[in-house]
Amino acid sequence: MSKVNIKIEGVPYEVEAGLTILEAAKACGYEIPSLCAFNHGECNPGSCRVCLVEATGARGLVASCVYPVSEGMEIRISTPKATEARRRSVELLLSNHNQNCQQCDKNGKCELLHVAYLTGAREGAFTGEHSETHYDDVAPAIVRDTSKCILCGRCIARCQNAHGLGILGFENRGFRTFVSPAENRSFANSPCIQCGQCITVCPTGALMEKSEIGKIDEAVKAGKHVIVQVAPAVRAALGEEFDYPVGTPVTGKMIAALRRLGFERVYDVNFGADLTIMEEGTELLGRLTNGGVLPMITSCSPGWVNYAEMNYSDLLPHLSSCKSPHQMQGAIIKSYWAKEHGVDPKDIFVVSVMPCVAKKFEKEREQEKVNGIPDVDAVITTRELARMIRRAGILFNRLPEEDWDQDIMGDYSGAGVIFGVTGGVMEAALRTVYFKLTGVEHDKIVFEAVRGHDAGIREASIDINGTVVNVAIASGMKSAKVLLDEIRAGTSKYQFIEIMGCPGGCINGGGQPYVRSCFLPNEGDDILDTYKEKRAGALYSEDERQAVRQSHNNPQIIELYEKFLGEPNSHLAHELLHTSYAAREGFKS
Amino acid sequence: MKLQESAVAQITAICERYKNEKTPLMMILSDIQNEYGYIPLEVQELVSEKTGISVAEIYGVVTFYSFFSLTPKGKYIIGCCLGTACYVKGAQKVIDVFSEELGIKPGETTDDGMFTLDALRCIGACGIAPAVSVNGKVYPKMTGAQVREVIAQQYLNEGKEMPK
Repeated sequence: MSKVNIKIEGVPYEVEAGLTILEAAKACGYEIPSLCAFNHGECNPGSCRVCLVEATGARGLVASCVYPVSEGMEIRISTPKATEARRRSVELLLSNHNQNCQQCDKNGKCELLHVAYLTGAREGAFTGEHSETHYDDVAPAIVRDTSKCILCGRCIARCQNAHGLGILGFENRGFRTFVSPAENRSFANSPCIQCGQCITVCPTGALMEKSEIGKIDEAVKAGKHVIVQVAPAVRAALGEEFDYPVGTPVTGKMIAALRRLGFERVYDVNFGADLTIMEEGTELLGRLTNGGVLPMITSCSPGWVNYAEMNYSDLLPHLSSCKSPHQMQGAIIKSYWAKEHGVDPKDIFVVSVMPCVAKKFEKEREQEKVNGIPDVDAVITTRELARMIRRAGILFNRLPEEDWDQDIMGDYSGAGVIFGVTGGVMEAALRTVYFKLTGVEHDKIVFEAVRGHDAGIREASIDINGTVVNVAIASGMKSAKVLLDEIRAGTSKYQFIEIMGCPGGCINGGGQPYVRSCFLPNEGDDILDTYKEKRAGALYSEDERQAVRQSHNNPQIIELYEKFLGEPNSHLAHELLHTSYAAREGFKS
Repeated sequence: MKLQESAVAQITAICERYKNEKTPLMMILSDIQNEYGYIPLEVQELVSEKTGISVAEIYGVVTFYSFFSLTPKGKYIIGCCLGTACYVKGAQKVIDVFSEELGIKPGETTDDGMFTLDALRCIGACGIAPAVSVNGKVYPKMTGAQVREVIAQQYLNEGKEMPK
């Protein structure tokens, strides 16, 4: 890589050619306030004008996020002209912003507020007409409030990059411009899969999850048995909300926090994940031996299921009929647990803490109810849990390490833990399928070939006693589409495919903490490149610490089948743990 | 609303025309606007399917340019130029009278589907300001008093009497 010599505030530096001024300045120890630019040019419209600096050779001030460095360039960030221009840019953005910061759940993680703080912009510098605003909270997962939008386009780019979907776009022009699904529709009436990736990149509170904390409060007030269950990926990221390094597993403190929040039982969804493997593994073996529809595709990710129903309805028979782990576990809590504890299922309120916003949609599906009773009553994200912990005044880092409730569903295997990362469901299933076909455990336990932490496709051929099983893994709908088109064309060579909605899997879900360098001062500049791997590492390390590494060896799972369900894929198991899918129109009229 | 088979064939043929273009969207939308008359969401979904460009992006382009329309336009499109020269020569008055006579606001279409009233930016006819174009025919130095006459002429073209 060739180098160029530049000066920043008169001090000479040698930096890589081709960098933008913003990137070069960062490498030299300057964080120029910026807003619209995100993640190595994933979004880089140069539109917000917050990062203006002086540079020799340029006419006037330049937007440092798009202006490249060149040999001999002298850059001035701190001149009165530049600092005033940056402040004005932010004041202009604020002049068309609702500025109800105390009502906004993004408060504390809002980049607009952050650059206002950095640049010294204050409210009321410019007053006048506001653009017409639009508010959509019809979809169960995502709320869009254009009164907070700064038109950076990050959400548009992310939807396109992760899924090739492009649900969001700019509508109208000039002062009337706003971001929306076509026709200013609700997400609910568009082909949106409600994965929430757009939420994770929004710099303000214009896109947020639909909070269900209020529902939990109501259930507590009503005296219900409020039981909480937590997905594996939450423990790998919750710590980030409380200043732990990215990738620190905080399982013990998280459990302690949930107890202090007043939940009657604190369970790990990993139990449900183990149950899923028992059901899904048995289903796969059935399909393999009875000439069933292959390849079978996993069905744990509700974003992926939404995508399939709206775009590949002809392939729905390929989806496993298994509910996702938290829905299975919810159904078991409201049947087995209720029976064992002599509680009416109607008096139980199941809360799932998820790295996901699509789960908010999933729990409301008609196909996810047993006798009209929903398996799960409320879904909150990792971020909402952090809000509840702060609201309760709990000092997270001072909490003791506690363990899950252990009555009838506390045990879990290492296989359940890795469900939270792309390739994890596949690996967990292989551990059990291998045993079922051979009668012995796989000697290495782990299946390295299926592991990963990012979008893209991985494939492997596993030889099980002479039976070769070809498997593939995809996360993000852009990758999934490749595998699905192969199935459609009749050229797919796989027997089993794992698909997760979000790139990298649940560790990078739409409900996970925001990853922003400006709010993570102790992380490296490359945190946007490394956080998925770090979070995945937290889950793989927990897998390694478990005494039991395979779902079929979880003693409480064995007990559940002995005492209640009979055997995997039994009639009762089908009633409680399996679901169905139906074709849906993306643009509903 | 489901598109008729003939419409699907027409839109597909238009998309086909530009399949070798790197950035075909504007050309496709222009042709659809000219040949089909408007670009409703159903048509955009079809264009999306044929080109792989997302519906939201297409919708963004359609709503960005005033040339494109989401609703059917009238048989006669009356374009009043509101460019600088026409404006200072009284074009606002002209468009206001059209608006009043036709009972529609700029951008709208009469119920009988006869007229659409459009406000245009400079059409390059500053020498004959204020200018009005009806389906491409330009009427020079328009005044409010001539508006009824221009409307009547279109009815004449149709062999119809102008309603009172």
